[in-house]
Amino acid sequence: MSRLTPPAGADDHAQGALDSPLVLVEYGDFECLYCGLAYPELKAVQRAMGDELCFVFRHFPLREVHPHAERAAELSEAAATVGRFWDMHDTLYENQTALSDRDLVEYAQRLDLDEDLIDSARLGRFAARIQRDVSSGARSGVNSTPCLFLNGTRYDGPVIAASLMRSLRS
Amino acid sequence: MRSETRISVAVAGLGVGQAAPDFTLQATPDQSIALSELRGRPVVLVFYPADWSPVCGDQIGLYNELLGEFVQFGAQIVGISVDGVWCHAAFVRDRKLHFPLLADFEPKGAVARLYDVYETRSGVCERALFVIDAQGIIRWRHVSPIGINPGADGILQALESLPKAPMAEA
Repeated sequence: MSRLTPPAGADDHAQGALDSPLVLVEYGDFECLYCGLAYPELKAVQRAMGDELCFVFRHFPLREVHPHAERAAELSEAAATVGRFWDMHDTLYENQTALSDRDLVEYAQRLDLDEDLIDSARLGRFAARIQRDVSSGARSGVNSTPCLFLNGTRYDGPVIAASLMRSLRS
Repeated sequence: MRSETRISVAVAGLGVGQAAPDFTLQATPDQSIALSELRGRPVVLVFYPADWSPVCGDQIGLYNELLGEFVQFGAQIVGISVDGVWCHAAFVRDRKLHFPLLADFEPKGAVARLYDVYETRSGVCERALFVIDAQGIIRWRHVSPIGINPGADGILQALESLPKAPMAEA
C-alpha cells in the first residue's frame, strides 16, 4: 500500500533527471503552512544531493481549508507554459502569507506572464492538470500535506533535511 | 435480546463477505441516517476516534477534499465517532465538510462495537474503514493504528475492485 501511482514521468514538474538514482516527489499545497516549512528543508536536500536527486512537485491543494491554494496552483501551471514553473513555485512558497488574487497577479507580472494567460488560468484552463495530480495523490496514499515519496514509497518521517537525507542515503 | 445479538456478532468479528449490520444514528440534532437507506450504492464507513484531534481532522479533511474521487464510484462516505451531534455540527461547520458525521453517542459506541472496532480502554472508535457494496455486503475492511492517517488509497482500490452493480434486478 501507499506506492506512488503513477511514477514520476515526463508530464511532471521535475528538477533533475527522471532517471536519477533518487527521485523525491512532493504532493504540496502552496497555502499549506507545513508545506511552507518543508520548502527550505527540501531546498537544502536538493543542494546537498546535487545530481543524484530528482525533485518532482505535484499539486494537492486542500481547497476547503485553503481558499487561495487552487488559484496559486493554477498560476504555477500558467507559469509552466512559459517554462517558469519553478520560479513561480519558489515565489509562492517564499510569499506564502500573501496569496490574495492581487498578490498572485503581481507575482505573475514579475514573471512577465501575459494577461490572457493569467485570465485563462483563472477560468480553469489548468483545472484538469491539477485534478490529475490530486487524483494520483489520492491513489498513492497521500494522507496530509506535504506528502513525500522517496523512489515511489511514501516517506512518513519528519520533513527536515537531516532526516530526509538519512533516508535518501540509506 | 437485542444486545445479545450485538455481542455475538462482535465476538465473531465482522469480515469481508458478511452482511454489514444495519444501524440508525443521528447525523444532526433533527436528522438520523440508517445504513439500509443507503443501499443501492457503495458506502464507505469511516470510524474515527474524535472530532478535532489532529490526525482525525487530517483524515476527515482529506476525504472531504477527495469527495469527487468517491463520487466517481457513486459511493456515499459516512464518518462515525462517539462525539455527540452538537460536536459534529461544530466540526462540520468549522471544516466545511460535505458528508455526514454520525454520532455513535448513546449508547456510547454501540455501532462501533457492532462492527468490532470499539477501543474500550480509551472509549472511542478505532480508526477503521469499511467499504460496503450496493447490496450491503462488506467488501473491504481496514483498521489503522490510532495515530496513523490511512489516506484514501485503500478505499479507492476497494471501490475500484467492486463488481459493477447490476442496474436493475428484475
